[in-house]
Amino acid sequence: MSLMQEMGARALKLGIPLSVQIDVTYRCNERCIHCYLDHEDHGEMTTAEIKDALNQLADAGVFFVVFSGGEVFMRRDFFEILEHARSLLFDVKVKTNAFMIGEREADRLRELGIGSVQVSVYSHKPEVHDEITKLPNSLNRTVAGIRLLRERGVRVVIANVLMRQNLNDYAGVKAIAQELGAEYTIDPTITPMMDGDRGIISLGLRREDLGDVFRNSELVGNVEEFCTPPPPVDGEVLDELPCSAGHTAAYISPYADVFPCVQFPLPSGNLRKQKFIDIWKYSPQLNEVRTITARDLPVCSTCSHVGSCTRCPGLAYMEGNMRGPSQLDCEKSFARTGIKTANMALRKSNNAAPDLVQIQFLPSTAELAAASRA
Amino acid sequence: MTYVARTTEIAARMVGGEMMIMSARDSTLFSLNEVAATIWKAADGVTPLRDIIENVVCAEYDVTLDRALPEAEKLVTDLAEHGILIVSAEPIPHPATSRDAV
Repeated sequence: MSLMQEMGARALKLGIPLSVQIDVTYRCNERCIHCYLDHEDHGEMTTAEIKDALNQLADAGVFFVVFSGGEVFMRRDFFEILEHARSLLFDVKVKTNAFMIGEREADRLRELGIGSVQVSVYSHKPEVHDEITKLPNSLNRTVAGIRLLRERGVRVVIANVLMRQNLNDYAGVKAIAQELGAEYTIDPTITPMMDGDRGIISLGLRREDLGDVFRNSELVGNVEEFCTPPPPVDGEVLDELPCSAGHTAAYISPYADVFPCVQFPLPSGNLRKQKFIDIWKYSPQLNEVRTITARDLPVCSTCSHVGSCTRCPGLAYMEGNMRGPSQLDCEKSFARTGIKTANMALRKSNNAAPDLVQIQFLPSTAELAAASRA
Repeated sequence: MTYVARTTEIAARMVGGEMMIMSARDSTLFSLNEVAATIWKAADGVTPLRDIIENVVCAEYDVTLDRALPEAEKLVTDLAEHGILIVSAEPIPHPATSRDAV
């Protein structure tokens, strides 16, 4: 077991929230066609509120903080927030489109010892990338920003979200990453809008395209290993936890709402009403999430993929039931192995698709948003 | 005289009684035991290492200066190699972290 795994295991045992993502804003200079966010400002946390939240996270034992958005540099106080986070000795990662990173910003990120900067690049072709972001010249500006970071030795991860619009461009994006000395990762997941609207799901890869991606050694490494059929299910597998969401990880929205994960919009508390540690320890929602093992999943526990599936409880929640299957992950398991999931068989026999839940914000947030607008 | 200071290029937190430190330079993760963590916390750039060992370590733990100092010197050299501490023969004027954040 590596030291990182040991730290994770210790945090899980002791109930320590090792990793927290904070979206400092949902505002953005891009309008990506697959984005799940509402970009209006409904009452973002102030600088002081974010600093206080960071103090609370340090006290709670958080080690890793990810700042994301929206676009983080839409906040004029973002470097003040970063400086505070680093003074508290968090390992800090930043997700940005890098459009607004110039010499000064790159210097500052280097000086602050930011662990890594993750940047989404959709294509090596400006006409494809800019058509996805809906921001003219965005590819050129994004690549320029990455170049400035790399020239200063800042670790950069290029995230290549794959959808129908850019499916054939991954080799070009990978070449950009290689040329810039950046790391490269793919993500074939398009998630529903935060309000439950799943219209953007249609942008996601078709089943056959997903199969092609998963059989491409340039993207997944060892194809035979990646696509191997699931191992037989045993009791140990059924006792496993689905993922770190709510166990050692949490997410905080720009409006101070706390969720198990950015992809798991189960409202669990609000920092404007409660201390983080009280939400973390006593939230009924988080405590419910923590009770769920693979054995408690009515459909997935009967599925041969249960031990190897990437099932996301947040996506399952958005599909209607946090104990249910995530159709998007069923598709991935099938695309990898060619073996249908229990959920697919069930859906075929029922011939019915589940409705998405409508995500309800906490009353406190709605009140604050109304107050903010007034 | 040896002086030691914490660098800015680290992340650190007590996790379950152990000090976990990650180098921002190469993301290497370290675990410091209680004594090593005490030395690391006291590394303010202006207090000589000998004084840290005598006044902090020897005062808190059942160990003599003669035994603890050579071990501490080896420890700080190792940590300096990974960018976690700065070691100097002169006081280090701008120690990295001013607050007790961990």
